[in-house]
Amino acid sequence: MYSLSLHFFYPWIYLKKRIFTFCTIETGQFFSSGHTNNWAVLVCTSRFWFNYRHVANTLSVYRSVKRLGIPDSHIVLMLADDMACNYRNPKPATVFSHKNMELNVYGDDVEVDYRGYEVTVENFLRVLTGRLPPSTPRSKRLLSDDRSNILIYLTGHGGNGFLKFQDSEEISNMELADAFEQMWQKRRYNELLFIIDTCQGASMYERFYSPNLMALASSQVGEDSLSHQPDLAIGVHLMDKYTFYLLEFLEEVHPASQANMNDLFKVCPQSQCVSTPGHRTDLFQRNPGSVLITDFFGSVRKVEITKDTINLTSSVKPPIQSIAEHHVLQFVADVSSQNPKQKDWHPPDGFILGLWTLILLVFFQTYGIKHLKHIF
Amino acid sequence: MHCKSLWIKASAKSPAKDQFQEELVIRPLHSGDIYASFQFRTLWDTDFLQEGQKKVSHYRLFPKSLGQVLSKFSVQELHISFTQGFWRTMQWGQPFIPSPPGAELWVWFHHTVSDVDGNWKELTNVLSGIFCASLNFIDMTNTVQPSASFKPLGLGNATDHRFLRYATLPREIVCTENLTPWKKLLPCGSKAGLAVLMKSEKLFHSSFHSQAVHIRPICQDEQCTSKAWELRQTLNVVFDHYTSGQGKKEWSLFKMFSRTLTEACPLASSSKVYVDITDNPELSPATPLLSQAVVLGDRRTYSVYDLTRAETFGQLRSFNLLLRWKGDNMLRPLLHAERYVAGFGLQTGEIHTVIYNNHPYRAFPVLLMDSVPWYLQLYIHTLTVTSKSRDNKPSYIHYQPAKDRHRPHLLEMLIQLPPHSMTEVTVQFERALLKWTEYTPDPNHGFYVGSSVISALVPSMVAMSTNFTQDQPLFSSFVPVKEESSYFVRVYTEPLLVNLPTPDFSMPYNVICLTCTVVAVGYGSFYNLLTRTFQVDEPSPPLAKRLANFIRRIRGVPLLA
Repeated sequence: MYSLSLHFFYPWIYLKKRIFTFCTIETGQFFSSGHTNNWAVLVCTSRFWFNYRHVANTLSVYRSVKRLGIPDSHIVLMLADDMACNYRNPKPATVFSHKNMELNVYGDDVEVDYRGYEVTVENFLRVLTGRLPPSTPRSKRLLSDDRSNILIYLTGHGGNGFLKFQDSEEISNMELADAFEQMWQKRRYNELLFIIDTCQGASMYERFYSPNLMALASSQVGEDSLSHQPDLAIGVHLMDKYTFYLLEFLEEVHPASQANMNDLFKVCPQSQCVSTPGHRTDLFQRNPGSVLITDFFGSVRKVEITKDTINLTSSVKPPIQSIAEHHVLQFVADVSSQNPKQKDWHPPDGFILGLWTLILLVFFQTYGIKHLKHIF
Repeated sequence: MHCKSLWIKASAKSPAKDQFQEELVIRPLHSGDIYASFQFRTLWDTDFLQEGQKKVSHYRLFPKSLGQVLSKFSVQELHISFTQGFWRTMQWGQPFIPSPPGAELWVWFHHTVSDVDGNWKELTNVLSGIFCASLNFIDMTNTVQPSASFKPLGLGNATDHRFLRYATLPREIVCTENLTPWKKLLPCGSKAGLAVLMKSEKLFHSSFHSQAVHIRPICQDEQCTSKAWELRQTLNVVFDHYTSGQGKKEWSLFKMFSRTLTEACPLASSSKVYVDITDNPELSPATPLLSQAVVLGDRRTYSVYDLTRAETFGQLRSFNLLLRWKGDNMLRPLLHAERYVAGFGLQTGEIHTVIYNNHPYRAFPVLLMDSVPWYLQLYIHTLTVTSKSRDNKPSYIHYQPAKDRHRPHLLEMLIQLPPHSMTEVTVQFERALLKWTEYTPDPNHGFYVGSSVISALVPSMVAMSTNFTQDQPLFSSFVPVKEESSYFVRVYTEPLLVNLPTPDFSMPYNVICLTCTVVAVGYGSFYNLLTRTFQVDEPSPPLAKRLANFIRRIRGVPLLA
């Protein structure tokens, strides 16, 4: 009787184990692929006609992001001034990125969500953290969730630790870092790519402390980002160097391309850009070489094709559910308790050597070599 | 200004539940410019504001985004326009649909609405999302409730102006991002019909560009047994003789829009192009269809091209119009106005509004509406209205004074204009000093004051017909005609650009630095002198000596001094 009952239960246990392993493979793969939707927040913070290049920068990133698949409803575009229909523009309704008017980045199908005086530090931070007045329309909101990859692009005039908005106010790197931490705590992003094209741009990402952030800047602290080329017919500089080469790089990316972040880090070396672009990946969980460009710039959904039938409502539902649930809960707990990997601080190598040299020099200076025998 | 109903004779067949008509009117102007006016009308036999019945959920020709807005905010009538440029009445005549520079929004709410201000605020935010414009800057400081100037253009009891809200943003820019969502509201989008001509690179390279949306309920027959909602989308553009026309009075559709027409919108019941040939221009391709219409007090003749008929497109399957004219005749507009700021300095000033009545022998009244922001404090006791250098007392004045940071001035006056005269309205004002956070990021540009609105029933030289037929062109049926001898005209003046006294924004930083320095140096040194005690202290031996002493102590050898 006993052996008979064991035989009865044995296939059930075997089946349970099999389904359990099948399910763990599924959930593991599903969660390790990362994001399910893409958002982009593209901000130009400069006003006045001579800052045409900042609007052209933002519009060229907008154009690339739209071309690679992110729809207008998932893009928050903020332009602090209107260049296309500005009375000084000799070709109205156009914004060019190359001289000789080769490429019109404004196009015919553009939707600007925040324009003119609406582009302020307060509105930018409200968009990021989601604390908007209830009557704000959907197109002006960043409705991301914890499975969203967000691309944030800022351009304008900046300095060491701040970015200037419309020549009247500033956002500091600490405010930005705190805003990202608020986004992390409210689970408003899965991974975030932050690109900034201003003078001394690297100072803006120095203070980040939330996980899953990758940052790129066009210049280091103490360096200026330079503009690319003026157009004599329009009369102003059309683009900044870093974004110009970034646009050239992105024009070759298509939705199925396998280009990864390491290629993006190589965009615009010092020979082309004059300033040294920098990047920061220590807060990012994955290896940058395995992150595709389209993870942030495009809207590519992962589709898994399977020929097996997956029974979602089987009779052994409760145990499997609890195991899978447990797995999920464990994963969520892991992710939420993770602190950013802090590198241990070692003093620079030459420092210790220099210190000892200094000590010996002072000794010899005070006592002279021949007097040393009286001391020791 | 009062209008009761607009009725259309029912055709022999039962009318469709919703229908769409599109039309383009081309009018050559005597200065060499050319005026093109697009109108797209959707008529829908439904009722958004029904209570107790289930909500409208199936939208076909009527855009869903606007339909949902109408039912959610209980809107009776909605008029919104975005304009770039100023309409030059003396050079171009009267427009079919007038609009002021910038953005203008006026809405009549249904009489069942309890919180009109709350609905207005939410409506402006929703519309700013739909049209990608900064309409969320409309708030109580620039909204007014005109009592007589903006009566409903459709059905509706026009007695209570508490349900009317009017606001204008003169600084608002119009560009492709406003045109794109506007085009998406059309049933055929920009893919078929007349809307293929709307390319932003040509439309914004013009002297005047205005796009508007007008929604109102109208009667569908004489007895008004059934109501319908009418949505009109209008786009008026004036192409400049020199910048787009290369100095020649010769225009074609391709020259204006860099496109030609290939087909009518399949969803349209009528798709027509009207060309004004009253001054006998050369027109090709020729058409036998002619139509006469009395519009804006003038009898004009139009050539009609019907795009729903295949022979309009000819062998090449493309329709391109060629127009050449030499004439210089233009009917002098009977009513036009100007406005400017007089005075000097940054403390006071004077607003002058000049209204011209060019009718040789008839006098008629006009209603002038002025909405001035609160930071220009008007002195109404200095208000003077003079015609032909004599005082002219208005018969009706409605004035609502401004409240600082709360609401603007509203001044409405009914002025009788003597024939062939110039009337000047002047009022003095004082400029306020704003708080330093209320200035825009570029305060030295100046602050805008919205256009004045002058509404009038102008006596017509030609008798107008009050009968309406179903195939009346859209451009003559926008404003309903109640009397035969006058037509309704609305004239907008220029917006004003006024400089306010602007502070030096770096002063707070300077003051903080100076004050802190003075306090630190003055008070700090004084405090130190009072509280510091002095002690004699042995100087500590240098580092090398200290280290040597330490090693000697270890060795047990006597220490250095």
